Amino acid sequence: MDRFVWTSGLLEINETLVIQQRGVRIYDGEEKIKFDAGTLLLSTHRLIWRDQKNHECCMAILLSQIVFIEEQAAGIGKSAKIVVHLHPPPSNKEPGPFQSSKNSYIKLSFKEHGQIEFYRRLSEEMTQRRWENMPVSQSLQTNRGPQPGRIRAVGIVGIERKLEEKRKETDKNISEAKEMVELSKSIANKIKDKQGDITEDETIRFKSYLLSMGIANPVTRETYGSGTQYHMQLAKQLAGILQGPLEERGGIMSLTEVYCLVNRARGMELLSPEDLVNACKMLEALKLPLRLRVFDSGVMVIELQSHKEEEMVASALETVSEKGSLTSEEFAKLVGMSVLLAKERLLLAEKMGHLCRDDSVEGLRFYPNLFMTQS
Amino acid sequence: MAMSFEWPWQYRFPPFFTLQPNVDTRQKQLAAWCSLVLSFCRLHKQSSMTVMEAQESPLFNNVKLQRKLPVESIQVVLEELRKKGNLEWLDKNKSSFLIMWRRPEEWGKLIYQWVSRSGQNNSVFTLYELTNGEDTEDEALQPCPAHHSRWAKLEASSESKLPD
Repeated sequence: MDRFVWTSGLLEINETLVIQQRGVRIYDGEEKIKFDAGTLLLSTHRLIWRDQKNHECCMAILLSQIVFIEEQAAGIGKSAKIVVHLHPPPSNKEPGPFQSSKNSYIKLSFKEHGQIEFYRRLSEEMTQRRWENMPVSQSLQTNRGPQPGRIRAVGIVGIERKLEEKRKETDKNISEAKEMVELSKSIANKIKDKQGDITEDETIRFKSYLLSMGIANPVTRETYGSGTQYHMQLAKQLAGILQGPLEERGGIMSLTEVYCLVNRARGMELLSPEDLVNACKMLEALKLPLRLRVFDSGVMVIELQSHKEEEMVASALETVSEKGSLTSEEFAKLVGMSVLLAKERLLLAEKMGHLCRDDSVEGLRFYPNLFMTQS
Repeated sequence: MAMSFEWPWQYRFPPFFTLQPNVDTRQKQLAAWCSLVLSFCRLHKQSSMTVMEAQESPLFNNVKLQRKLPVESIQVVLEELRKKGNLEWLDKNKSSFLIMWRRPEEWGKLIYQWVSRSGQNNSVFTLYELTNGEDTEDEALQPCPAHHSRWAKLEASSESKLPD
């Protein structure tokens, strides 16, 4: 907590705001201190905290002082937190709220949520280290923490050297990741060989561990360069895999069904949900014969381009009229669809004014919309 | 009287008792509810009600169909009636209300028409005579609750046709 310095909270020239979040409390190590409700701002150079009740109380820490950060998930009665580990303070540090502290880390508690996005942005800034390339006023620079073994270079040579170092670090990470991928692959193969002795349950569990570790093709990503290129390739792959299954299922499938189907087909190199969604978002742009559609309720589906959900609504109306009234489950059974998609179709029919609803303790039923058709 | 009341087709249609999310459908539904409330109250000569009574009354509670309009939706219906000029709240808590199956302006017109027809302009009438007198017996003025008349007379006189 003694790394913070008092600041006006105004950004310097060349310093840009990245993200801010209200309702953040600071802990000195594990201890609660009086700074319990503030707005946390992340800039390209600093982490600034301003008291919500007293705007004059404003302090900051340079990003260069951060060694690394960790996430702490929310619990019952506890907000999600980010743990920030810090370098020791420089000797010429400007005054701040605490003269000394026994802790070399602080915790930021997000009482009004926003931790996930903030952590993501802070990690990005820590990786990009934009403050090194964008010089700001002297007052900020002199507060740099000691960087043992680092030669302070200036000018183009300095920038080049920093880029080199960054590249070396990234290479080191990739080689370590490669080791991990090799290891998991060998374990996976051993499992495959012993297929008879291992239960399906365990295999599925192991596969899910791999997924959680993000083994989803880190090497493949490298081959394809930027993430978007990767997603483009993936989108084309998906179009090929899904054409058949979609036709079998009446031209429409929920994204969860697609996720399960695709990963089962792939075997070991599982797709993460984010990669699947990002690839699907590109389907229409790439003029592939499928598209991603998001219903009002938030449910995401993949449709064949030739599939016209609005036309299916007309046939849904006929089905409901024949039976007088139907619930989503009854309709799903009649038509041979999943209940999720059946409900979406009925809701779309209601939105278009063809059906109306009867919501009671007996459940949710849909009727032909007699309000409109009968005078 | 209650027996011969003819319920509209909507009353036997279960969705009638669920406030419809589709805006156009809801418009039709509320219009049907408003006219049902007014005709029910007129026939039962009920000019005021509490919200609690309304909830349990057969008006909003179709026991045979096993459907009742939830209280939040009843309040939406009452608000519609208020906007149309057919309802007035009797208290700040909105727990009881006045139902005017004819709006005051409509009463005002009727009274004026009756008065002109019976050639009695510029005579003074009491409220009682207007609502219960022999002359008015067969006229549409009859089931006109006293407080309606009060409003109506104010309306009629404000058109500067009747003395107050």
